[in-house]
Amino acid sequence: MAEEMRLLLEHADKIDPRQAEDYIKVGGYKGLEKARQMNRKDLIQEVKSSGLRGRGGAGFNAGMKWSFVPPAPVKYVVCNLDEGEPGTYKDRIICEKNAQALLEGMAICGTAIESKQGYIYCRGEYPFVVELLNKAIQSAKAVGALGDFDIEVRMGAGAYVCGEETALIESIEGHRGEPRFKPPFPGVAGLWGVPTVVNNVETFAALPYILTKGAEWYASIGAPKYPGTKVLTLTGDVNNPTYFEVPTNYLLKDVIYKLGGGIKNGKKFKAVQVGGTSGAFIPEQNLNTSIDFDSMGAIGAALGSGAVLVLDETRDIVDIVTRISKFFEHESCGKCNPCREGTFRCREIMEKINAGRATEADINNILLLAKVMKRAALCGLGQAAPIPITSTIEHFGHEYRRKLLQYA
Amino acid sequence: MANYKDIINSLQDKQGGIIEAFHALQREYNYIPEEAITEAAKVFGVSQAQAYGVATFYSYLSVEKRGKYIIRMCESAPCHVAGADAVIRAIEKHLGIKVGETTADGKFTLELTECVGQCQATPVITVNSEPVFNVSAVKVPEILSAYK
Ligand SMILES: Cc1cc2nc3c(=O)[nH]c(=O)nc-3n(C[C@H](O)[C@H](O)[C@H](O)COP(=O)(O)O)c2cc1C
Ligand code: SF4
Ligand code: FES
Repeated sequence: MAEEMRLLLEHADKIDPRQAEDYIKVGGYKGLEKARQMNRKDLIQEVKSSGLRGRGGAGFNAGMKWSFVPPAPVKYVVCNLDEGEPGTYKDRIICEKNAQALLEGMAICGTAIESKQGYIYCRGEYPFVVELLNKAIQSAKAVGALGDFDIEVRMGAGAYVCGEETALIESIEGHRGEPRFKPPFPGVAGLWGVPTVVNNVETFAALPYILTKGAEWYASIGAPKYPGTKVLTLTGDVNNPTYFEVPTNYLLKDVIYKLGGGIKNGKKFKAVQVGGTSGAFIPEQNLNTSIDFDSMGAIGAALGSGAVLVLDETRDIVDIVTRISKFFEHESCGKCNPCREGTFRCREIMEKINAGRATEADINNILLLAKVMKRAALCGLGQAAPIPITSTIEHFGHEYRRKLLQYA
Repeated sequence: MANYKDIINSLQDKQGGIIEAFHALQREYNYIPEEAITEAAKVFGVSQAQAYGVATFYSYLSVEKRGKYIIRMCESAPCHVAGADAVIRAIEKHLGIKVGETTADGKFTLELTECVGQCQATPVITVNSEPVFNVSAVKVPEILSAYK
């Protein structure tokens, strides 16, 4: 599709992601070769100046993150393939289309921070991706592409919170996936207490292209402050619910109307939730916004994982947000009170509103609770859980009020 | 069937490998038997309470006996708007069980799950981790008849 810009997915379905040779034929492992010839400082500087920011949601400059890693005898490179954010499957697609780029990216990071061991933490729902990755690693090792860098795949087991980097580390260590207090950050004390860089699949997979084509080239693609491409997954009421790779200055309305082919069954648009289930709902008047991290932030939304859920005019927002509040109650790990109790109460109040048993006072209560959770929850799960609620009360308040008891 | 001790011992050199061991046990038994939890605790050097705590933390792991085929219905928002509720009701009706239950013949267990990362073809169910796409209430009997 002409609208797309395929970088990570350029050779999708044309090469076998399991075979290192296939990847090498289309220029693969050249970036790692180059990285190994550079001095470490220059390599980190190159990644820093490319402007590559984390694709897992937080948008932190990747080279900057690596530069904080202190000297230590053992360090780890960890790839976050937990991908639990509902509506998101882009990391699976990147693995299924271009797994070798992920492996190369991890080895580039290993070179930069002087680590010899990588882990890929893959969600338990993707056993077939684990199999694919193990074959891909075997093949890369067999042709000597990874040198002395080793990669092991570990499996998650169905816990959304394990996408949070410190919970993920706990899980690799064989514990319950409960987030740790920060600091220390994983870069300083991570897996088994040693310096650990955690990056998303898409972040790692962009590195080979940055190394081969240059930081300057990468920095010139898309939005200047969040350059590069982003893989999006489009779901809901659109004609073309699939994945796309676009430059980061692509407009949200074009995602829906050009790539998505517009709203299904000739209906009208009502709302779009960007960034997965913890994202804000965006009304029509804000669609003329670029999808990059900062532009989304400026309209009170977040790019997050790049999931885009489109709802048509007939959809019941309050019902959908009620379902979402169940998600957070279920996925709260229970370690901290604002989230354990807060997600429970959010779900309870949302059900009350959805059932037509609530009053204006319940709306005020849930807004207050949201404030507390945002400030007091330990990790991003509890902090973000109220966003779908507050954003829909803000933009679609009439849908809530329609369900209230008439001032009982 | 492989012995649970052999399964656990084959993974004992993996640092923090208790979750990998639980996965391997589940692939064999479809759940994690109590004696296997005790054994895994011993092999990985944690208390039995800790091992149990791990096994029960993760929704993909089960410490209760389940059927031969585990059906998981995704009810996250994209599948929800695509009609997941109607599919759940159809499966419950077809199998004569409620969510969380196993059929009397031990063939099917029905569970709910959050997004399984196959949202290009909602609503989605998985049967023993294999995704089934674009499920609808009318298709349920035909889909399930494939599992013998
Ligand atoms: C509740 C929660 C879930 C998360 N899930 C994921 C995930 O599935 N994948 C991911 O890459 N990052 C996830 N993150 C973000 C990670 O904590 C971390 O910021 C990220 O892996 C860093 O990689 P990046 O800088 O390349 O984005 C999650 C964060 C929170 C708070
Ligand atoms: S915010 Fe929620 S998920 Fe995060 S640590 Fe607290 S209870 Fe656990
Ligand atoms: S929302 Fe159901 S598979 Fe993703």
